[in-house]
Parts: sequence; structure tokens; C-alpha cells
Amino acid sequence: MGQWAGYLQLILDGAIVTIQLTLMGSVLALVMAFLAGLGRLSRIAPVRWLATAYIEFFRGTSIFVQLFWAYFVLPLFGFSLTPLQAGVLALGLNVGAYGAEVVRGAVKSIGKEQYEACIALNLTRWQGLRKIILPQAFVLMLPTFGNNAIELLKASAVVSLISLSDMTFQAQVVRAQTGNTLVPFLTILVLYFLIASIISLAIRGLERYLTRGLDGIRS
Amino acid sequence: MEWDWAFVVQILPTLIEGVKITIIATLLGSVLAAIVGLVIAIIRRSSNRLISMPMGFIAEFIRGTPLLVQLYFIFYVLPDLGVTLSPLVAGVIGLGLHYGTYTAEVYRAGIDNVARGQWEAAKACNLSPFQTWTQIIMPQALPPMIPALANYFIAMFKETPLLSAITVLELMNQARSIANYNYRYIEPITMVGAFFLVISVVSVIGLRWLERRYGKID
Repeated sequence: MGQWAGYLQLILDGAIVTIQLTLMGSVLALVMAFLAGLGRLSRIAPVRWLATAYIEFFRGTSIFVQLFWAYFVLPLFGFSLTPLQAGVLALGLNVGAYGAEVVRGAVKSIGKEQYEACIALNLTRWQGLRKIILPQAFVLMLPTFGNNAIELLKASAVVSLISLSDMTFQAQVVRAQTGNTLVPFLTILVLYFLIASIISLAIRGLERYLTRGLDGIRS
Repeated sequence: MEWDWAFVVQILPTLIEGVKITIIATLLGSVLAAIVGLVIAIIRRSSNRLISMPMGFIAEFIRGTPLLVQLYFIFYVLPDLGVTLSPLVAGVIGLGLHYGTYTAEVYRAGIDNVARGQWEAAKACNLSPFQTWTQIIMPQALPPMIPALANYFIAMFKETPLLSAITVLELMNQARSIANYNYRYIEPITMVGAFFLVISVVSVIGLRWLERRYGKID
């Protein structure tokens, strides 16, 4: 029994790495999603092209390939990344590209009358976006962002293949040391599911918090 | 380190071998996901909560956990229980089960979209449940689902590199073994990215065509 406690500790250490990756990756993804999503709606054509190229490239190639590219190929061009940096970079950029489409869709779905009201009130484009459009659009984005965060959590398992000691990697270590396959893998499956459930609960709570006082205004 | 075209040409045949396995895995996985999704969707619609609730939980669980760990589970744990699978079969089962939980949602939306009157009319015409499903509901529910299903099959295609972790010799694994053998990473890994980009772009064009042809689910 005592040895299992030690192995469980190993897996929990991995869980912390997985959570770190998920949090940092989500922050990067959120920033990229807004940059690229709003970039695609820009009035300046080159900005639109750049955003479109970013989105199509990262959605078109596999996260796995992007991660390997970041870890094995970038150093050859002189950018050496630690496994954690490569993992956050690949996960954030990949999920950010999916998030960008969510941002674009949500901003476009805000009614025309809101934009007209911004002009009528003499708000600059930036003021209108920040004070009128985004607060309403953000609520629409939240549920899909929650799903994207769970996708990111799941995708973070692939970093174990570039020798970052996340939960999946630690389960492999435990498997190698004990020869038992069922227990470590079942444990991390349950842990992944728990983290995913927490993410979806947190997003639902945030959604309720942000929509307070909006009843009857939004259909 | 410089890009070397001669090396690219030299490794191309090996990579093409990998592409074949990747495509086979995607196709078989898609067929399995289409079937598994339908089964999950129908079971979740069951009026018996003892059947529908556990199925719902299992589907949520599979969707909330990483495909990579599921692949490990199928490939490393099942042999202990007496079921030994070849890597490719284990991979296809993993892909099919994982994406089956996603396609189940597509089926659910598609089936919910069939107007209530159709169910009532089927009942009024004294059709058996089996006849209702195969002759009334499915023919109306399936066409609008096709683009959404195809979307998930493209997503599945992009997840196939994970199969390399359970020793399937698909594109990514071929590229990694070339890279490790020659100690050149730029060309193999970049070529894998290029292959994926090309196949995805082509399949997205195909998807747009499917959307025009069959329309979207609202």
C-alpha cells in the first residue's frame, strides 16, 4: 500500500504539470484568439490576410506535428525551447486558431443596430468594440471557449511524447516501474475527466456571472 | 542547418508508405465512428433512464479524456485482459470510439431536427419502430448531417499522428524514424506538416462542396 502512495504522488506531480500547461496554453490561446479573430475583421487587408493565414495553417496541420516542429525543428533555426515552452507554444497557437473563429463568429453575430448605436453616440471604433460589442460577444464565446479549453487539456497529453513529465508521461513511468498497466492509466483517465469537469463547471459559473442583469435584454 | 531537396526526394517513398497507413486508419476510423455515434445517439434517446444515463456518462467520459491515453489503454491494458490487438486495429478502435462520442452529438442534433409531425405520421401509418427509423427518420435526418460528420472525419485525420505512440507505422512514425536514423529533423517533420496541410486544404474544399450540396444543421 505504501508504495502505491508513492506512485500516486508521482502521478499527482504530473497532474500539476498538466494543469500548468492547460492554464498557460489557455492564456496564450485566448490572446491569439482575440488577435487573430479581430484581425480577420480588420479594415486593413494585410492584417486580414495574416490572420487568415495563421488560422488556416494551425487548423490545417495536426497539433502533434506542430509540437514536434516547435521542439525539434525550431532549435535548428536557433530558437531553443524547453519542452514546457514548446508545449505551451504549440498548444496555445493551435487552440488559439480555433478560438479565433469563435471570436469572429461571436462579434459578427452582434446585431447591426448595436454598431449603428455606437456611431450615433459618436464612439470611436475602438471604444465601441471595447464597451459595447465585446461585452456582449464575450458571453456568446464563453461556452465554446470552455470546450476549447477541454480540447487543450486533452491535447496536452501529447507533450508526454517530447519527454515533458506531464500526467501521461508519469503514468508511463509508473507502468514501467510496476509492470501494472490498468491502475496508472485508469487513474489518469479519471483525473483528466475530473479536470475537464472542473473546467466546464467553472465556465458555466462564469457565464452565469457575466449574464447577470442581462435577462430580458438578450433573447 | 540547410534545407536539402535531395534528402527530401530520398525520403519521399518512405513517407508515402506512411501516408497510406494514415489514410487507411482515417477511413476505417471514420466508418467505426459513424456506426458507434449512431449507436450512442440511439441508446441515449432511450426512454429507459437506466440505459440512457450510463451511456450518457460513458460518452461524456470518453469525450473528456485524451485520445492518447485511451490509445495506451486499448493497446497496453486490453492484452492483460486477454485481448491482444495489432497496433493498427487498436488505433482504429481508439479513433472510432473517441470520435464516435462526437458524431453522436451530430446524430442527436440531426434527429432532433426532424419535425415531430413525422414521428406522429409514422405512428398513424402503423409503422414499427424499426420501419420508422429506417424509412422515415433517417432518410430525412442524414443529409443535413453529412457536412458536420465530414468535419469530424477531417479532425480525426489530424489526430492520426497519435497512433505513432502505439507503434503504428503511419506518416508521423515514418518521419520520426527517418529523422532519428539520419539525425535530420527539418525535412521529415516539415514534410509531414506539408502533407497534412495539403490533405486538409483539399478536404476542406470537399467539405465546402458537401455544405453547398446538403446544407447545414441550424
